Amino acid sequence: MCLAIPMKLISRTGDAGVVELKGVERKVSLMLFPDAELGQHLLIHAGYAIGSVDEEEAAETVRLLEEMTEAEERMGLRNVADGAPDGTPDGPATGPGPSGQAGPAGPAR
Amino acid sequence: MKDPAVGSSAFGGAGAVKALLREIGDEAAKLARPVTFMEVCGTHTHTIGAAGLRTLLPERIRLVSGPGCPVCVTPVGYLDQAEALAEAPDIVLCTFGDLFRVPSSRGSLEQLAARGKDVRIVYSPRDALELARHEPERRVVFLSIGFETTTPTVAAAVQEAETSGTENFLILPGNKTVPEALHALAADPQVALDGLLLPGHVSVVTGADAFGFLPEQYGLPAVVAGFTPTDVLQSVLELVRQQAEGRPALVNRYRRVVSAGGNRRAQALVGEIFEPTDARWRGLGTIPGSGLRLRSHVAARDASALPADVPEPVEPAGCRCGDVLKGLIDPPQCGLFGRGCDPDHPVGACMVSSEGSCAAWFRHERHRLGAGADG
Repeated sequence: MCLAIPMKLISRTGDAGVVELKGVERKVSLMLFPDAELGQHLLIHAGYAIGSVDEEEAAETVRLLEEMTEAEERMGLRNVADGAPDGTPDGPATGPGPSGQAGPAGPAR
Repeated sequence: MKDPAVGSSAFGGAGAVKALLREIGDEAAKLARPVTFMEVCGTHTHTIGAAGLRTLLPERIRLVSGPGCPVCVTPVGYLDQAEALAEAPDIVLCTFGDLFRVPSSRGSLEQLAARGKDVRIVYSPRDALELARHEPERRVVFLSIGFETTTPTVAAAVQEAETSGTENFLILPGNKTVPEALHALAADPQVALDGLLLPGHVSVVTGADAFGFLPEQYGLPAVVAGFTPTDVLQSVLELVRQQAEGRPALVNRYRRVVSAGGNRRAQALVGEIFEPTDARWRGLGTIPGSGLRLRSHVAARDASALPADVPEPVEPAGCRCGDVLKGLIDPPQCGLFGRGCDPDHPVGACMVSSEGSCAAWFRHERHRLGAGADG
């Protein structure tokens, strides 16, 4: 549980930020991590930035998430509840939950 | 030996893994007796399963999974209450996807939605808040479960609801705190742990120091661990060393992400919105001070205070989720594992959530098991 996804901060207005991973953008709140800087890889959890990581760590975590998604796909574990990414990053009907979000890398636990 | 995921990992590939395993073997040989370490985080459970670490480690080191999956430790009664709330026509339930298929006493949220009740899967508590703003005539109840990583996001949404005067945004509080659960496990003689792998992203918020009580009060080695196979093995090595040398300590092996003090802003916001309360955990029972309830100035947003006809909770018959969550048994020792309970037809929560121990074992470790569990 409790896996956050590293995404890069590409713009911000006050506490409203836009983060990006592999070409997919998502609006997030920076309320819990106001010191976020442009270009930084932020740990995103349930629509909020909670911390930051360096680039190498970000790449490694994303790789791990992809591996987990593949494992789930192989096992046919994914289902409606896991919320496959549907190209509407801010729509309310995406994403699995506290264990991670449906980022561009897919549902990630 | 087959170790598909190990070789492809960054931060040290197969060579680093082999060297670590050798070192762990050398240290383990010094131990006076076999040891049991618990990984508390569902993501660690995944890494360990995917990389086949359980089979690669010396036999004297047993890794058990702990209560690190919020969906799994949420008692059936919580879901029953959510379902009962949904009977009111003006209520919309918003939930993280993890909870959707978890069996309740009478069905599940999924079945509730199939019966036409308004249950929506959201990605963030902010999505629920947004819905409340758009539909002011309805009451939006966010099913708030999760540990320290997730709780600040709920606190933030409640704060935003206060600021924007969105009175129809409510939550059903079910958040739990990891350190209190580890207190209970560390003090439980039946569980008998020799060390803990601590969760990475929970510690981003709490800070590593929140777990200093493990060595100080219980003499237990404790390591904050990252998520790659190499991270996990380095942390296991640290735990074995501490055991072999008899000097338990808290070590942060995930310094590239986790600080000593954590995210103070998140901690402060959680403290403004929530206060500690006793909470029931599936499998662990009631743990003092391990839950969170809304403070009095935001108590009007507490959906648990709404009238609802909640049935007496019924745990699924034969399900040993509770013993799995305490690390007392491995999932295949449950009579239902692979025999009526699998990820397509889960009986217990630990098989539903992909980070649950049962689902992780089913996915990664069935090849080690006997024919009966291959179902």
